[in-house]
Amino acid sequence: MSATLTILGMAVLTFGIKALVFILGDRIAFSPTAKQALGFVPVTVLTAIIVPVVLAPHGQGLELTWRNPQLVAALFAIVVCTITRHQLLTIMLGLVAFFGWQFTWAS
Amino acid sequence: MTEPSARALFWAGARDSVPMLVGAAPFGMIFGALVGTAQLTPWQGQLMSLSVFAGSSQFIAVGLMAGLASTLVIWLATVIVNLRHMLYAAALLPHVQHLPARWRWALGFLLTDETYAVVDRYYRKHPNTALGHWYFLGSGLSMYANWQCWTLVGLLFGAVFPQLQTLGLDFAMVVTFIAIIVPQLVRLPHFAATVAAGTVAFLLKDLPYKLGLMAAVAVGVGVGLLLTRLRARPLVEGSRA
Repeated sequence: MSATLTILGMAVLTFGIKALVFILGDRIAFSPTAKQALGFVPVTVLTAIIVPVVLAPHGQGLELTWRNPQLVAALFAIVVCTITRHQLLTIMLGLVAFFGWQFTWAS
Repeated sequence: MTEPSARALFWAGARDSVPMLVGAAPFGMIFGALVGTAQLTPWQGQLMSLSVFAGSSQFIAVGLMAGLASTLVIWLATVIVNLRHMLYAAALLPHVQHLPARWRWALGFLLTDETYAVVDRYYRKHPNTALGHWYFLGSGLSMYANWQCWTLVGLLFGAVFPQLQTLGLDFAMVVTFIAIIVPQLVRLPHFAATVAAGTVAFLLKDLPYKLGLMAAVAVGVGVGLLLTRLRARPLVEGSRA
């Protein structure tokens, strides 16, 4: 029962945080610097989430080797995206590279 | 130039979210599969996806619950990890401000990393849209429905595929994020901010509660701001107070 309460508490907190700015609107003022800072938030958050996954896929030390399929496929996806600028293509070729590389070197 | 109808915009928002739907699928599934490890019943796992609807905090909560953390710790982690949504909301506020309260509550609830990325891109391309909130709703609701479905799949098959994470399906998220990040790296401050954030995130990856992620974002944003400032006034000596 207390697990349900924990979950509902999480829901209230998350909803409050997500909706706060939309509801209070102008009463929360952001300075020009803060707004400029916002422009850097998406890329930095997304990068901060994936870099540890790619460089240390097993949650331990750095795996800077061509036998790390996450690293090889991520680098490949970056190249594909830089050249084509095509999101779905990048995702599909990246996944193919990942699974291909994994099965090639797994055995 | 006439704007598409509300219905057309709703479906456009859903359609443009397809890469995100694909990227989120393995996460929903892995989350569902992990629920059992946290001593939660399947319906509690689904309840979390239905009511919290924030992937990273759901993962952290399940991890903490498996480690028998107290409710207070779980709530604190939830707040810290979700703070970034305030920044997303602030960036989107000019396009949402004029809407009735029920719209603002609903769009706030549906706000996620993925929907932010999709909707922000739309507003940048169509700054004068009057019906952009329908696009926002289309993206948010498709992400919501998708998250519920994949959570359910994970719950149902969790026992059958306990090794989902080691299979590396989570690479779908990595490659999805790469496809979002790379096109934004055309300007030096963004590039430097990204490199800085990635470096700090890796160095501090073992800090608890995703504090390393918070630090990485702070450093990345700081580097980006600094470089923007430096480039805005090149070689103006002595003019700075």
